[in-house]
Amino acid sequence: MANIIFYILSGITLCSALFVILSKNPVYSVLSLVITFSCITGHMLLLSADFLAVVNLIVYAGAIMVLFLFVIMMLNLNDAAAQPGKPFLSKLAAFVAGGLLLISLVYLLKGQQTGHIDLSTLDNNFGSAQELGKILFNEFLLPFEITSVLFLSAMIGAVMLGKKDLKDY
Amino acid sequence: MEIPVEFLLEKTIVVVAVFTISLVIAMYSTYAERKVSALLQDRIGPNRAGPLGLLQPLADGVKFFMKEEIIPSSANKALFILGPSIAMMTACLTGAVIPWGSYLDFNGVQVALQVTDINIGVLYIFAVVSIGVYGVMIGGWASNNKFSLMGAIRASSQMISYEIAMGLAIIALIMTTGTLSIGEIVQQQTTDWWNIVYQPLGFFIFMVCSFAECNRTPFDLPECEAELVGGYHTEYSSMKLGLYLFAEYINMFISSAVMSAFYFGGYDIPYIETLNLDQNMVTILGTLFFFTKIILFIFLFMWVRWTLPRFRYDQLMNLGWKIMIPLAIANIIITGACILIF
Repeated sequence: MANIIFYILSGITLCSALFVILSKNPVYSVLSLVITFSCITGHMLLLSADFLAVVNLIVYAGAIMVLFLFVIMMLNLNDAAAQPGKPFLSKLAAFVAGGLLLISLVYLLKGQQTGHIDLSTLDNNFGSAQELGKILFNEFLLPFEITSVLFLSAMIGAVMLGKKDLKDY
Repeated sequence: MEIPVEFLLEKTIVVVAVFTISLVIAMYSTYAERKVSALLQDRIGPNRAGPLGLLQPLADGVKFFMKEEIIPSSANKALFILGPSIAMMTACLTGAVIPWGSYLDFNGVQVALQVTDINIGVLYIFAVVSIGVYGVMIGGWASNNKFSLMGAIRASSQMISYEIAMGLAIIALIMTTGTLSIGEIVQQQTTDWWNIVYQPLGFFIFMVCSFAECNRTPFDLPECEAELVGGYHTEYSSMKLGLYLFAEYINMFISSAVMSAFYFGGYDIPYIETLNLDQNMVTILGTLFFFTKIILFIFLFMWVRWTLPRFRYDQLMNLGWKIMIPLAIANIIITGACILIF
């Protein structure tokens, strides 16, 4: 049962992820990215990481993609397909950068354990908000706090960049 | 992974019951809305179809189905159909985690009156609500109409802004209850005080934000007919328009249910345990009491709609970002201080 769901979800994930980059219409790209995120949420549920799954849905599918869609609709980027092609050099640069990212991802996966893990032996609380909170605020408190400071600085930076004239404030 | 048949049967019955009840309540909310508006404006309201006009929702439904269906030729057809479907689907999904009552006891077999009590129920509601924005956005964009697009953009920015304050209000509630499961939140209130005693400010913020999330007056800027014709559903006709309007009423019903479950004890009747009633009796009475609370909240929604005028758009945004969010953060700090001290 879980296997069948896994294969169906993986199929939809891959197809929609491909459609994100193949589609000419940016609105379709965003919507298929939403489908991709929803399918990844399904994968997380299969791995009994409930909290992560629902947070992924709220943050990525619910908030960030809505903002993407919002900007695309407001600027009416619909005619992006009609724009002239990009120069060869930037295409090459994008290809090299993407390839490097792929290589580093593959390298990261290389050493990982790939055996079958029996989910029924897991603790009932595995992946719950309580367990995650305990780990996050005991073992990984410092990295967690540093990440939040990083987010805060990014947010302030975005607001500063968004201001037209700083002297007014 | 084997699933027992009794479990499937039990859950199917509960799911169908929840679905039917949400639809019927949403249907009669349209009737109630017109009756309440008539009451507040000293009119009679619908009274032609059936006794007291009680068949009016059915007549409206038939009318919606019989009307001509127009899809504008410049609209994006697939997305035009997807919009109302998403709106309706997400509206119906949230009912799954709300505890409609305690449990019924059939000769030792316990049937919980809740589809599922997942341990992240509160977050589940948020996730579904945040997906619900897409229904409005896609519909408004696919119509290929300036007014629809303006309505969709207003709706999404409004919903995103108020979702933040709503989430912050809920964080204070979670700090006092210590759980994300709605079943447990209600269970705690049956033995303790209702959460409104601990979280009056949180409740107020949550209520204002749910008004905004449901696009109800005074926050109905997305469909502000004075400036935007009809907002995001300007181009919609027939049952697709019906589905958008219907989804709004279901959302209203669900937010009333969530408010009474979070802050007003859900199915809890105070001091019912002193009467020593049978468990089934207590459950049925509790469910009825829960629905009474929900209906009172729906009445509040309508009362506000027919009393207050609409906000201006910049006032709406200022209220959301400069008043509601700071208030919600202050509420979290106060709650944290109280937990530390007491």
